[in-house]
Amino acid sequence: MAITLTEAAARRVQQYLDNRGKGIGLRLGVRSSGCSGMAYVIEFADDIEESDQVFESHGVKIIVDPKSMVYLDGTEVDFAREGLNEGFKFNNPNVRDECGCGESFTV
Amino acid sequence: MALLQISEPGQSTAPHQHRLAAGIDLGTTNSLVASVRSGEAATLPDEQGRHLLPSVVRYLEDGNVVVGHEARAAEAEDPLNTISSVKRLMGRGIADVVHTGARLPYEFIDVDSAVPKIHTVAGDVSAIEVSAEILKALRQRAERTLGGELEGVVITVPAYFDDAQRQATRDAARLAGLKVLRLLNEPTAAAVAYGLDRSDGGVIAVYDLGGGTFDVSILRLNRGVFEVLATGGDTALGGDDMDRAIAEWIMRQAGIADDSGHHQMRRLMRDARAAKETLTSQDSASLDIELEDGSHWQGELTREQFDELIEPLIRKTVSTTRRTLRDAGVDVDEVNEVVMVGGSTRVPRVREAIGDFFGRVPHTEIDPDKVVAIGAALQADVLVGNKPEDEMLLLDVIPLSLGIETMGGLVEKIIPRNTTIPVARAQDFTTYKDGQTAMSIHVLQGEREMVDDCRSLGRFTLRGIPPMVAGAARIRVTFQVDADGLLSVTAEEQTSGVQASIEIKPSYGLTDTEIESMLRDSMEHAREDMEARRLAEQRVEADRVLEALTAALAEDGDRFLSVDERDDIESEMDRLADLRANGTVEQIKEGIRSLEKVCAGYVERRMNTSIRDAMSGRNVEEFE
Repeated sequence: MAITLTEAAARRVQQYLDNRGKGIGLRLGVRSSGCSGMAYVIEFADDIEESDQVFESHGVKIIVDPKSMVYLDGTEVDFAREGLNEGFKFNNPNVRDECGCGESFTV
Repeated sequence: MALLQISEPGQSTAPHQHRLAAGIDLGTTNSLVASVRSGEAATLPDEQGRHLLPSVVRYLEDGNVVVGHEARAAEAEDPLNTISSVKRLMGRGIADVVHTGARLPYEFIDVDSAVPKIHTVAGDVSAIEVSAEILKALRQRAERTLGGELEGVVITVPAYFDDAQRQATRDAARLAGLKVLRLLNEPTAAAVAYGLDRSDGGVIAVYDLGGGTFDVSILRLNRGVFEVLATGGDTALGGDDMDRAIAEWIMRQAGIADDSGHHQMRRLMRDARAAKETLTSQDSASLDIELEDGSHWQGELTREQFDELIEPLIRKTVSTTRRTLRDAGVDVDEVNEVVMVGGSTRVPRVREAIGDFFGRVPHTEIDPDKVVAIGAALQADVLVGNKPEDEMLLLDVIPLSLGIETMGGLVEKIIPRNTTIPVARAQDFTTYKDGQTAMSIHVLQGEREMVDDCRSLGRFTLRGIPPMVAGAARIRVTFQVDADGLLSVTAEEQTSGVQASIEIKPSYGLTDTEIESMLRDSMEHAREDMEARRLAEQRVEADRVLEALTAALAEDGDRFLSVDERDDIESEMDRLADLRANGTVEQIKEGIRSLEKVCAGYVERRMNTSIRDAMSGRNVEEFE
């Protein structure tokens, strides 16, 4: 399996990276916190660790640590606009339950 | 699910702990709000995709408030209740307002708190309250866009704003429910947007030509601190003047009379503006003007012709820039960077002229309308803690020197302008006369030498100085400015240890109580007002009764009243006078009633007598 970006998400990430002037890709991960178990981490990546898995989707590198990989496998990250707000959305097949606001989830 | 933003490595926040921050450019004509998302600072549009919010507030009869485009559209039809350019009134007393804005079409009401109010159908409002409405609109936009409550904001102010104007801006933010992380000078914000704060330092010129105002600021960056070396400008020069120059040219070409109707003039200005905007990217603009008689005049305005028309305006800004450089004590070739701000700097000839003057290409990459808000957003992002601390942290500086009055009406500066805060400075003073036991400390702000030319911030008196010969006492005056810009001044006589101090909040800023009372529920407020009014009315009524009775008693009290009767009336009058001073509305009412009861016999006797007097010796017929 793999982790992918939609084309819209990839375009946005690339744009943000260009703007930032540095960074090799996008680091995705999870950590245990939040009101419903796990929370997503989405950060600019400046380094790749040896144990990281690296995917490439629409020309953007996605970097995931092995611990997070278990929770994220098969995820597609989309860029969405809802009203005035816009941002990234995780379509994660492993999720069984989310907290009300969707910022954290359980598997 | 929630929409997520990309964080800097290691800076991911826990869910529900997003620290949202925004930068606000609170402008004279237009305002903007910007925020950093996924590492990118950008201004936030409204639902219609418009980034600029006109700084216009309209008050409606039903108490509702309209802000922005809709309010601006109503300006012509409802000028008294539609308030624009309120920034010019911020932190200004009534005298300043009359002095600077004699042509503002509003009804001012002088109130004791030294904050002039504007009368509208929805009640009287101060400049601070009007600004708060603009800030509220921007806050709503930001919170809806970012999907949460704002943790804090950075608001930009002109570099020349004094303490009172800055305090007024903070007050407005507080009224709008915003936490001000910092006020940032507009030119500094523009420099931050271009990342110049991370450069090695040097002198930066910021040329800001907006719709109606022109400002030029000379900054020096020194170890992460921007000092304002000098500012200059013209509060009535900008893009509107370019439009007018084009409109006048069209009038000459098309033979339109000077005294043409209002409608025609307004349309002309609109066409002129469109032509100006076309000429930003094209070499010529074709014009099609509908004349009053319905016919059309067609013509063409070339870039060269336009440049020629606006040349006097540009020359004016260049000479102001030259003067400001001289004030700053900086040569043109010492300027390392030039930053362009304001929509009018899109005009190619402006860029060219300023580039020629400084001998370098000015920064124009960021939209000149948005650059200030973007710089503020970047700074807000750091201050709210979304970036590693060492990234950048601009320090605030004191915009104007602080000092005290000395003999002869002179100002002794204790903290010079551009000192970074927090700061504490002390200076020793002595007595002027033999045996002097008190000293009055008058705290002033400003760059001028004479007290009259500076702004008075407050006074206090140090008493209990032991009598000594003149010049023997040692009085140490300490000025302290905390990180929020609040000034406290302490004076201490060193040999005896007596001291006195004052905390300065500029007298023209609102007091905390005033702000609180404004924040209170409006219904509650209305009831209070009504109660106060009823009480005042009842007191007037009591006064009237007492006065009339006193006069009557003096006139004929002895004639109609026994000693006992008179005593009764007088004790009842005393009771009413007491109730009038301390009683409630109902108690005063009751006092008036019971006084009237006691007097009933007296009043009747007087009445009868006066009628008898009037009628004596006349026939009944004469009265019909």
